[in-house]
Amino acid sequence: MRPANSIIIFSATSGAGFGLLAVLGILAPLGLLSPESRFGIAVFFLCFGLIIGGLLSSTTHLGRPERAWRALSQWRTSWLSREGVLALATLVPGIVFAAAWILLEEVWTVAALASALLAILTVHATGMIYATLKPIRQWNSHWTVPAYLAMGAASGLLLANAVAHMAGQSSLPLTAVTGVAVATAWIIKVGYWEYAKREAAETVATAIGVTGPARLLEPPTTAPTYLMKEMCFHAIRRNAGKIRRMAHLNGFMVPLLFTFAPTMDPWVVWPVLAVVGAAVGILAERWLFFAEAQHTVTLYHGAESA
Amino acid sequence: MTALPGETPRKLGLVIDLDTCVGCHACAVSCKEWNAGGHMAPLTDLDPYGGEPDGVWFNRVHSFEVDDGERQRTVHFPRSCLHCEDPACVTVCPTGASYKRAEDGIVLVNEDTCIGCKLCSWACPYGAREFDEDSGTMKKCTLCIDRIYNENLDEVDRIPACVAACPASARHFGDFADPDSAVSRLTAERGGVDLMPGLGYRPVNKYLPPRRPAKAEATPDHGGGSGISGWIGRMLRR
Repeated sequence: MRPANSIIIFSATSGAGFGLLAVLGILAPLGLLSPESRFGIAVFFLCFGLIIGGLLSSTTHLGRPERAWRALSQWRTSWLSREGVLALATLVPGIVFAAAWILLEEVWTVAALASALLAILTVHATGMIYATLKPIRQWNSHWTVPAYLAMGAASGLLLANAVAHMAGQSSLPLTAVTGVAVATAWIIKVGYWEYAKREAAETVATAIGVTGPARLLEPPTTAPTYLMKEMCFHAIRRNAGKIRRMAHLNGFMVPLLFTFAPTMDPWVVWPVLAVVGAAVGILAERWLFFAEAQHTVTLYHGAESA
Repeated sequence: MTALPGETPRKLGLVIDLDTCVGCHACAVSCKEWNAGGHMAPLTDLDPYGGEPDGVWFNRVHSFEVDDGERQRTVHFPRSCLHCEDPACVTVCPTGASYKRAEDGIVLVNEDTCIGCKLCSWACPYGAREFDEDSGTMKKCTLCIDRIYNENLDEVDRIPACVAACPASARHFGDFADPDSAVSRLTAERGGVDLMPGLGYRPVNKYLPPRRPAKAEATPDHGGGSGISGWIGRMLRR
């Protein structure tokens, strides 16, 4: 599948934003973060900035962005619609939670937990959009939703930990939880990549309804069509290898090391560098998510199996 | 609503005979011609006379080499919407623009409410949907809904443009809900198949697989023995 910038940026930033909101909504009632006004301003500015920036980025993918509001109507059947409804619904308790934190320096537990729950459901819906697409076997997997949730949690915790360090709210439990989340996300993503290697079930023969091996002799057009541009994107193996190493290194290894670095060396910039590394790594991971996903339409355009 | 209508009283669709299709692209061209002014018009063309022409077509003809174990042959494969009974392209639509008609099972897009998110084209395993960059909306085969119900046309012409155009009679239109319809009988007789049945979309359109050629069983009758007398005998019998 073609890795469209608008969707890569949307899923990475809104995933981090909702992840951060969920982290704040769970850790604050537990007393791991104290509702200080200045800390609140910084962390909620980041959180809503990522969420709203991501949602705006996603509308640039639309052919008719002015009709985007219509996407809220089909939540009974469509995970994309559910994602939109949940994303907006999350903002309601989210704003109450943020206002109480910033203006009153209090944690309103109900608003906090409601924000966390809705944020988690939103990221779950994002994952379900992909996990339910049967023509793409790499996505149509039990690993897709856990990977989205784990990446959201890890990026949210990395952000919360970095801001907490700068606001003087760092703590060993927060560092430990962040490290565990990054390691868990790493394990799940490796699981996703391993499962994605499984053998393809569809062949050219099943795609055209014949028995026996078949191969494309003559394509229908001389120039690439919408389908070929959108679905027949090939990640060149060498590039994919390079980008996967970047995802491993920047997305997981660097954040993990830099999260625990302050326990040895109290330099406040370590957790910030962890976030910078993770940002690059998650964009690489999301690029691979699309570039390595193979649609069954490729069977009509030269692929042997999908 | 993008909820599916369930079992429809009629299941209109096509039978495509891969044995007789000659790969002439007449169905694709005729489809383009009709639909450029039809229900989902226009079918935008970008750079039509340039080096990289691109545009919306509802029907594409691919040619394949198939090895059936005994011999290799060329199979021409026209690809269009299969009007599935379980079309994920409909249920994934966030706006309700994509729908399956309750009365005859035809899958359509409402061009006035489509936001152009392209998710339906990702959900279709068969590549039936093409995005129109100019209108910013998704387009697809309508089964020539503006022909098959068109009372301004003679009854004989109330069939999809691709079926009307096919010079090899490789395309047949009808109601699969009726077990006695011509398309149902043809599918049963010739062992019509679903494309990628494992994905569970339950396509309405069926493809008839290429037939194996009949073995030549009759031996030529030379008549009248061999040699010159035989040759004279054969000549006289002509």
